[in-house]
Amino acid sequence: MLIRKNPNGIDLPFPSEITPREVYEGRRAFLARVAAGAVVGSSLWEMANREAFAQGVVQKLPATRNPAFSTNEKQTPFEDATRYNNFYEFGTDKADPAANAHTLRTRPWTVQIEGEVKKPMTLDLDRLVKLAPLEERIYRLRCVEGWSMVIPWVGYSLSNLIRQVEPTSNAKYVEFTSLADKSQMPGVKSRVLEWPYVEGLRMDEAMHPLALLTVGMYGQVLPNQNGAPVRIVVPWKYGFKSAKSIVKIRFLRDQPRTAWNGIAPDEYGFYSNVNPNVDHPRWSQASERRIGEGGLFTPKRKTLMFNGYNEVASLYAGMDLKKFF
Amino acid sequence: MAFNPSPGQFKALKAALFVLALLPFLRMAWLVATGVPVDPVEFLTHGSGDWALYLLCATLAVTPLRRLTGWNWVVRLRRMIGLYAFFYALLHFTTFLWFDHAFDVAAMWKDVLKRPFITVGFAAFVLLVPLAATSTNAMIKRLGRNWGRLHKLIYAIAPLAILHYWWMKAGKHNFEQPIVWGSVVAVLLLLRVWWRLRRTRVEKTAQPASVRS
Repeated sequence: MLIRKNPNGIDLPFPSEITPREVYEGRRAFLARVAAGAVVGSSLWEMANREAFAQGVVQKLPATRNPAFSTNEKQTPFEDATRYNNFYEFGTDKADPAANAHTLRTRPWTVQIEGEVKKPMTLDLDRLVKLAPLEERIYRLRCVEGWSMVIPWVGYSLSNLIRQVEPTSNAKYVEFTSLADKSQMPGVKSRVLEWPYVEGLRMDEAMHPLALLTVGMYGQVLPNQNGAPVRIVVPWKYGFKSAKSIVKIRFLRDQPRTAWNGIAPDEYGFYSNVNPNVDHPRWSQASERRIGEGGLFTPKRKTLMFNGYNEVASLYAGMDLKKFF
Repeated sequence: MAFNPSPGQFKALKAALFVLALLPFLRMAWLVATGVPVDPVEFLTHGSGDWALYLLCATLAVTPLRRLTGWNWVVRLRRMIGLYAFFYALLHFTTFLWFDHAFDVAAMWKDVLKRPFITVGFAAFVLLVPLAATSTNAMIKRLGRNWGRLHKLIYAIAPLAILHYWWMKAGKHNFEQPIVWGSVVAVLLLLRVWWRLRRTRVEKTAQPASVRS
């Protein structure tokens, strides 16, 4: 029996004898912070932020729609686009990012730009957002898993940023590195992928006006689970090519080792252009389920070459897209 | 003394198990009907597949549980658990054929033959069909000794189901769950191997003694 029964109660230990010293001292420190308002203050701030998100009170991000780069298809409901995400830094389940991404601190935030450029620079978020006029573009998003959405993004052509840093003639590829901070991103502890998440584009792909440096969606700043505060969106490629929560952009001579291509090159090509004629080894890419469009009985849609963005076809002229999938 | 329920208690236990095993289905049906899952097809596919696997493990756990605890009565719950495993497997297959392939049988066959993980899952499902079909008392009587032989198919079905799950998850490099459930199936099957080996050893050492007497 572990509980000592002493009628006098004399030899019952004091709580301080049971609890390790650092723990009870930690409690005192905690109480002291509470008294100082620090803990209460910060948790209220977090709660307020979460509350704001839950109530749909949002930081608006005004932008003019660019009809030349927008589809008029029915937009995916905001609730679906923010509850169904692949963002493994916050967990592998598609509901995980919405549940876990509130721990991501998006300010202060800087993006380091380096490599084969004449003007390497580190930009903070405010400078990045003001680098070029923000546009709203309604793009189709096709996930490699076989589903798709239609999302109004806010951002500007990545080429605006690239011109600022003046790439040298050696720059053949652009590499995007996402934040990988265990203290903010619980999924980074898992070994599903190599961290940090790295994606990349060929220089001409990155310069294509469709490639969007993105800071918002649905007229507001990016929700954390969608890759806040800054991501890219490459609408003619499968979704995983569009790196989220970017902290570094490097210009390289050689093709970078990218996250999914690095661990499973047979399944995820470096190019990963949306292509209904090249199946994923585990499933067909010929059709897709449009999220938010009906339910169980809604037939799937035919997937379009380059996700319907035929203007990029010239980038791949003469390339065997079955080989360079 | 091992716990041995009275007929009334057993009835109550069985009824509780019936409801318990039905709950995942009711939950999925409710959520899909009320439009909660963002991607209902994926939600149903994963949910039904998960529960088919859990219940397969439960049927395989009946014999070890009985031997380790002396609860002989649990074997009388096995048919229901097995039929539930088949029910969720059928739901899994139906989702695949109906909601994913819209009853395009040709497209379904293409998928089954072209993709090993689907081939294996399909094989596991097909092998479950005769087990479900011969689960009635009349069939047990009619098949006699062959009934037991036929139902040993479960030892092939469970590893096939694990392989199916493993290969599916390999696409996203996410082996956590397949490792967990693969280990469960491995332990449940290895226990049987171990018991079998021990029995043959006991029989072998027992034989000379009988010769002597």
